[in-house]
Amino acid sequence: MSSHDEHAVEVVGDRTPDTEPLADPGHPAHKWRPTDVDERLERRAERQVATLFALSGLCSVLFVVSYFVFDIGEVVTTVGGFGASNLALGLTLGGALLFGGVGAIHWARKLMADQEMVEARHAIASPPEDREVTVAGFNTGLEESGIARRPLIRNSLLGALGVLALPVPVVLLRDLGPLPGDALKSTIWEPGMRVVRDVTGTPIRPSDLQFGDLVNAEPAALFEVDEQGEPLIEGAQLQTEKAKGAVILVRIEPEDITPGEGREDWGVDGILCYSKICTHVGCPISLYERTTHHVLCPCHQSTFDLADSARVMFGPAARPLPQLPLDVDSDGYLVARSDFDEPVGPSFWERDSR
Amino acid sequence: MSIDTSKVATSNADTAATAKKPNPIGAIASWADDRLGLATSQKKMVRKVFPEHWSFMLGEIALWSFIVLLLTGTFLTLWFNPSMGEVQYNGSYDQLRGIHMSEAFASTLNISFDVRGGLLMRQMHHWSAMLFIAAMMVHLMRVFFTGAHRKPRELNWVIGCLLLLLGTLEGFTGYSLPDDLLSGTGIRAADGFIKSQPVVGTYMSFFLFNGEFPGESIIPRLYVVHILLIPGILLALIAAHMLLLVYHKHTQWPGPGRTEQNVVGYPLMPVYAAKAGGFFFIVFGVTALMGGLLSINPVWKYGPYDPSKVTAGSQPDWYMGWPDGALRIMPGWESTIGPYTLSWNVLLPIIVLPVVAFTILLLLPFVEQWITGDKREHHLLQRPRNAPTRTAVMVALMTFYGLMWAAGGNDIIAIVFDLSINQITYFMRAAVFIGPVIAFFITRRWCISLQRADNDRLLHGYESGIIMRSTEGGYSERHLPINEGAAFTLTSRDRDEVYVPSSATDSNGVAAPGGRLEALRARLSAGWFGHNVQKPTKAELDEGHAHAEHEHELQVGLDHPADGHQFDGHHTVDEESLRGH
Repeated sequence: MSSHDEHAVEVVGDRTPDTEPLADPGHPAHKWRPTDVDERLERRAERQVATLFALSGLCSVLFVVSYFVFDIGEVVTTVGGFGASNLALGLTLGGALLFGGVGAIHWARKLMADQEMVEARHAIASPPEDREVTVAGFNTGLEESGIARRPLIRNSLLGALGVLALPVPVVLLRDLGPLPGDALKSTIWEPGMRVVRDVTGTPIRPSDLQFGDLVNAEPAALFEVDEQGEPLIEGAQLQTEKAKGAVILVRIEPEDITPGEGREDWGVDGILCYSKICTHVGCPISLYERTTHHVLCPCHQSTFDLADSARVMFGPAARPLPQLPLDVDSDGYLVARSDFDEPVGPSFWERDSR
Repeated sequence: MSIDTSKVATSNADTAATAKKPNPIGAIASWADDRLGLATSQKKMVRKVFPEHWSFMLGEIALWSFIVLLLTGTFLTLWFNPSMGEVQYNGSYDQLRGIHMSEAFASTLNISFDVRGGLLMRQMHHWSAMLFIAAMMVHLMRVFFTGAHRKPRELNWVIGCLLLLLGTLEGFTGYSLPDDLLSGTGIRAADGFIKSQPVVGTYMSFFLFNGEFPGESIIPRLYVVHILLIPGILLALIAAHMLLLVYHKHTQWPGPGRTEQNVVGYPLMPVYAAKAGGFFFIVFGVTALMGGLLSINPVWKYGPYDPSKVTAGSQPDWYMGWPDGALRIMPGWESTIGPYTLSWNVLLPIIVLPVVAFTILLLLPFVEQWITGDKREHHLLQRPRNAPTRTAVMVALMTFYGLMWAAGGNDIIAIVFDLSINQITYFMRAAVFIGPVIAFFITRRWCISLQRADNDRLLHGYESGIIMRSTEGGYSERHLPINEGAAFTLTSRDRDEVYVPSSATDSNGVAAPGGRLEALRARLSAGWFGHNVQKPTKAELDEGHAHAEHEHELQVGLDHPADGHQFDGHHTVDEESLRGH
């Protein structure tokens, strides 16, 4: 970088003295600051800087003190809504850093030499002779390697590199995950599976729901336990099944319902069941307005009309929420009559929308 | 260049320190130089000159925020456990005790409630990430508005754009890690984005998540991307950005004594070492105060991620707001091609639009250069008004961004201002197209008006506020010439030259190769510069001054200087007394 600083930059543009309306008056004369000419002010600035540095040190000490003095844990509301420890540590650390920084800048502004200096720019491009030397050296190297004269070596090298670079990393990454297969096209719902409340896992009778109610529900399989009382499905599998199987139950006055074609008997006494997963990008929808039967996704505001097969009323979603056909089992609880008849959640390429 | 330090505050030694006897620092320096040869490579660096302007500090904020991110982030890694294994929480936070959650979320709670200073570091890390991206964006705008992206700095523009892109991805991977309800919702949406891509979407999703969403792998994978992969690239790109800055030397504003061939400012040692070093501590300190005083991302209030739950008003971090807005106002378009589904409603706003926007950003300097035909090196900055079309392009882009960003908060706007969310959305669908166009033309005309105002100041001087009554009884305001330095600064800019194709046809009347493209280029160039106001020529300036002098002659006979501006710094006070008394 420094080897050719001496090269002058060519004159840029049309700015020659002849065409310019005004001549450059030149760099303005330096003005002395008060601290340069008044010893009293100079000493005062010196004291100010030292005081700032001392305050910084004091804050650092207070930081260490705060670290040991203030308890943490369940105390987020101790001081005016903030954790006392967090507040004290933040203020003291902030003080230690700010006073130090302000001190350094104050020192630079008041006491360090403040005369502007002029430095010549160098040409950004290398000097032509340097370019020539480099290009010549490179060509000599190529010549000595004989790569141009030995196409067999060159082509086999390129071929080998190509085979190395393209397939090898791709193959190595194959085990990042399984292939999709039909995983997205089905959920854990199956005929006769009870629709249960999402928190307690208790089954639901049609009479439990008033007109206008909306209940968040899950497939009963997510709450099943073995003989020891351990859940059968847990961890990642539970999350995955929840992400596809979550539903909403809604009870609407039967005369308000416009049943979809072939879906006339999918409800029970005005109770309809829809996938809770938005068909846009997969947020769980939740905001229900009982007077209009509209449910709104809080992420991107897609709005579905639950009385009309969850038709999209507004927003970026393209498809209605999939509907789960309902029935009542012999004990009088709501059950699914089958799995969803289409994939739930966001659209994907292999999804057949017809 | 040696400088006069005769009067510099005497607490600074004004003679170079000479080692009277061997001192330990000198010995260490010699030891190091014997092995590294630092003295030669750094001899110009030590006193390297940097020009001074407040706007040059914006990129510095980004740089220092990045250092704060590295420091606070390292602290967080000591306790954070990037695992999606399910555990029962038994920490200090009472309201979640006994709840099943991922180890990632449990360790985030642990950092917040059971590690002293942990919450402070978490909040500082998040605040400085916000600051990092904000500072990069404002710095980008400063660079473009002032023409600092022109030759020879185009590649540094490209590096800067990559830094912005990677910084955004780094932010997204970071706020996805705690595995709380909000971050999980973000990943859920990201899965939807990935799946919207034709042909490869589901495969990409299954490879990324190691199976179906959410799986057990996404947080460990995002973690390695967040703490190793992207920071490594960021660090390398920042190093390249800084090396190029040093090699090119910083741009400077025009002014007396400042040319394309020099750089005027203060030396690295000691002024910028103190100022920039001090500024690092200020950025760090402000972040610490924010971490102590301002709550950010209180994940314990959201609870662990559950794919069947969500909160109203879910918002990503601010820098992800604009594509989220595009997603919200996009109509619900979807096509079926045979047995396949193409989700335009997701693909266009969240995959195609950001890629297109980023490409436009990356190409801006090259497109401008092609249109203007300006291949010269530039080291003097331009005021935004002196490149009206360029300024208008950036303001149009900013308007587009701002409207999209507002659309990303359409639910919040609807609640706060008691408006219909549907109407806001319909309005935004049109506004994102019309708004930038309006902004473009207003900005361009505004810049041109400012250019005219500059020329008026040059030719006729500034408005003194003194109203003169002529003998006929007419009133006029007296204009006074601006000072020499200010006048030179105003004229210190290039005259715009509309690009003229070398010749549309050759001597035989055959169209030159690329003739149509060249004609387009010439038309664009004319449109680019067409209405700009050029600085006055010498003749125009002389005429203007002669006119002013004539006016002044009419005012002779006053027994005191009429301008009243002797004491406000507009011109020298030497040999003048107030009102001539």
